[in-house]
Amino acid sequence: MSLVNYQTREITCKIVYYGPGRSGKTTNLHFIYGQVPDDRKGKMVSLATQTDRTLFFDFLPLDLGTISGFTTRFQLYTVPGQVYYQATRKLVLQGADGVVFVADSQARQLQENIESFQDLHQNLSEQDVDPRSIPLVIQYNKQDLPTNLILNTEELADAVNFRGVPDYPADALHGPGVFETLRGISEIVLKRLSAGAAR
Amino acid sequence: MHVDARHRFENFVTGSANRLAVAAAHGVAEQPGLTYNPLFIYGGSGLGKSHLMGAIGNLVSQKEPTLSVEYVTLEDFVEQHHAAIASNEGDRFKQRWGRVDVLLIDDVQFLTGRRETQSELLRLLNALQGTGRQVVMTCDRPPSEIPDVDERLVTRLSGGLIVDIGPPDYETRIAILRGRCEERGVRFQAGVIEEVANLEFRNVRELQGALNKLIATQALGGDQIKPDQVRAMFGGDQAPRSSAAMGRLAAPVVRASGGRPKMDFQGFVTDIASAVAQHVDPWKIKVAEAVAFWHGEGYRTGQLERLLQEGGPTADFEGALREFFAAVERLRQLEAQATAVDHAIGGNAVFRDPERIADAEALATKAQAGTTPPPGPSAAFTRAGFEVGPSNQLAVRAADAVIEVPGKRYNPLFIHGPSGVGKTHLVNAIGNEMVNASGGASVVACVSAQSFMDELIEALQDGSVDRWRSRYRGADALVIDDVQFVAGKERTQEELFHVFNALHTEGKQLVFASDRPPRQLDGLEDRLRSRFEGGLVVEMQAPDRSLREKLYAHFLNDVETPDREALVSFLADRAAASVREVIGVVNRLVAAADLAGMPLILNIAKMELDAGAAAPSAPDVRANDAFFLDGEKIVWHLPDLTTRIIEDLR
Repeated sequence: MSLVNYQTREITCKIVYYGPGRSGKTTNLHFIYGQVPDDRKGKMVSLATQTDRTLFFDFLPLDLGTISGFTTRFQLYTVPGQVYYQATRKLVLQGADGVVFVADSQARQLQENIESFQDLHQNLSEQDVDPRSIPLVIQYNKQDLPTNLILNTEELADAVNFRGVPDYPADALHGPGVFETLRGISEIVLKRLSAGAAR
Repeated sequence: MHVDARHRFENFVTGSANRLAVAAAHGVAEQPGLTYNPLFIYGGSGLGKSHLMGAIGNLVSQKEPTLSVEYVTLEDFVEQHHAAIASNEGDRFKQRWGRVDVLLIDDVQFLTGRRETQSELLRLLNALQGTGRQVVMTCDRPPSEIPDVDERLVTRLSGGLIVDIGPPDYETRIAILRGRCEERGVRFQAGVIEEVANLEFRNVRELQGALNKLIATQALGGDQIKPDQVRAMFGGDQAPRSSAAMGRLAAPVVRASGGRPKMDFQGFVTDIASAVAQHVDPWKIKVAEAVAFWHGEGYRTGQLERLLQEGGPTADFEGALREFFAAVERLRQLEAQATAVDHAIGGNAVFRDPERIADAEALATKAQAGTTPPPGPSAAFTRAGFEVGPSNQLAVRAADAVIEVPGKRYNPLFIHGPSGVGKTHLVNAIGNEMVNASGGASVVACVSAQSFMDELIEALQDGSVDRWRSRYRGADALVIDDVQFVAGKERTQEELFHVFNALHTEGKQLVFASDRPPRQLDGLEDRLRSRFEGGLVVEMQAPDRSLREKLYAHFLNDVETPDREALVSFLADRAAASVREVIGVVNRLVAAADLAGMPLILNIAKMELDAGAAAPSAPDVRANDAFFLDGEKIVWHLPDLTTRIIEDLR
């Protein structure tokens, strides 16, 4: 998928929210959805079970309007976090321009974070994408929880952000950090335009 | 209104609160109309919006002196608009503003409630943006917050890039103050400027006012102002607030480094916009525009598309574009050349592909080579060699008139008559004379209907009907012999009809020869029949006596004969259905004389013809039946049947 199409004057950007189950990926999308003016967003597609677990994936198209003469669209996806939806994750990950890894800050979820992060690497490698080169940011979600339940950002960074990608503390339920994360990943993705690495 | 020349980028102090706005303004000034259009700068009063806008105007004028830059405040714009309406010069007003390359409008917030100005501005924005012209506007609030403004105008204003200018942070304030002091050539004690910067001022103007006060005080008193005097000078109650104020004013620093605490969608879009603008290559936009344009014109743009795909930042896009334009230009020439000779070849795919110029050239050459002129009249038939008698003089007179003024008197000329009376000779002679009269310049197509049809069939086979057609349509005159053959041939008639019309409307001569008059041609479409009859239809009859005399004299000219006159007279007395028959008789007599080994004398002729005419009934039969008019079609001497039968019986 071509990120910048100079002929049709379009920029399309596919961003996938990845992470362990119940880490708040869909919550991120919901918050964004609530903030976007009606004329800028498409219908958010969410396939969830009765207990609000993402069954398949969420899809939120964002129309950012015309920027520098380019019709700019962002497509935000989430993957189902549970381990047994491996196939869906691979499918959604295909052709992603950037990945947001949403980590669960709760101390007891640390192992799930690490496993999911490894899973992300493995899935990217299987699609011939170099996990070290794809735009990636990490979000430490649920930082609003009582401090005795969660790890702080330094501890989390030690666990998953060994490559030193941009990371953001967030409270996806109430908003802080959500747009910062989105902006962070978008900037990295767009930066690849000038590097000529647009696929 | 002109831009204030003091407003330049060099003397604009950039801080975290206005960095985005400055970057956007710079981008606009570098490439007006290409990056952010319109650029909408908002922020509180006295924060440098007008300065930034002026800087755009000055930089554009400096870089591209040919572009017209207009600066206007909205108030002025409204006034001019009203004046124009009042003096009934609304159109001129529209034209004047529609020609501006870079339009700078200050203080757009005064649009509130001015309906007619809003619609005028909306129209102007559409016109300017439609032609790729840059619009920059300033306002004290974002477009959506200007009260009582047409929704369409709001979206138009928001369509480009909206940037805000915040109050300057501490460091910026110091930089601004230091810059001013340098400009004025004033020096303060260390710490004074820092102290002023610590005070709460809502904008740069107030800051400058404070500085002015300090400068005046220092100049008046003669003493250097000390840092601790500064607070007292600007009121005691202001001092305690300064720390709080600093916290507030310093907020942008924190925001810029740590991300905005309350970031929302609008902020996100603005950030993305600046990121996109940074990373999108302007040259690629130009190339893409060229691709879109030429693609729309029907040309293949693979070359440029590949450049877009592969070209790095250093790609020589200007060279590639020039090359492409040159190629397209060449293709157009070639196409024009080729179309001139063959209509059907225009629009051929190779003329749309700049990468196949060689093919296009080959095709154009082929097309030009392929246009052989239509078949001309046979040079063997001359007007001088054509004998005239009462039986054909009408036709000959018409032919002479046609030769004299082709296309004027008898158009078309339709000559009919039995076979062998000289129609072919006459029409070819007409053709030859027309060519000669023009000094060989005019193209006379002279063809028998049979080969006309054969050519058409051939052209249909290899798909070059258009080329074939244009051959005939380009002729100056058309002569078709044996036109009776088109009867019943629908397609040939249709083509003939079109060629006829094309030539006839241009006043070009048409000559037809046929063995029957048009109305007796069965299977001829009425539209053709009526056209044939619309000119002059003349008949050529079997040679009469005087003509026969001339013909015999003509053909016996080369033959040795002692009693020429008697012989000619004897022969002319005998009926002859056609010129061919006359020639046949002469040949027979010459052969008989050769056989007898003596010159051709009257007796030989008498003997040969009378003896040979053992079937005296033959002429009678001929007279009754049109079939027998054609000497070629009849076997005059049947073999002796009795001998044949006896032989068979043996």
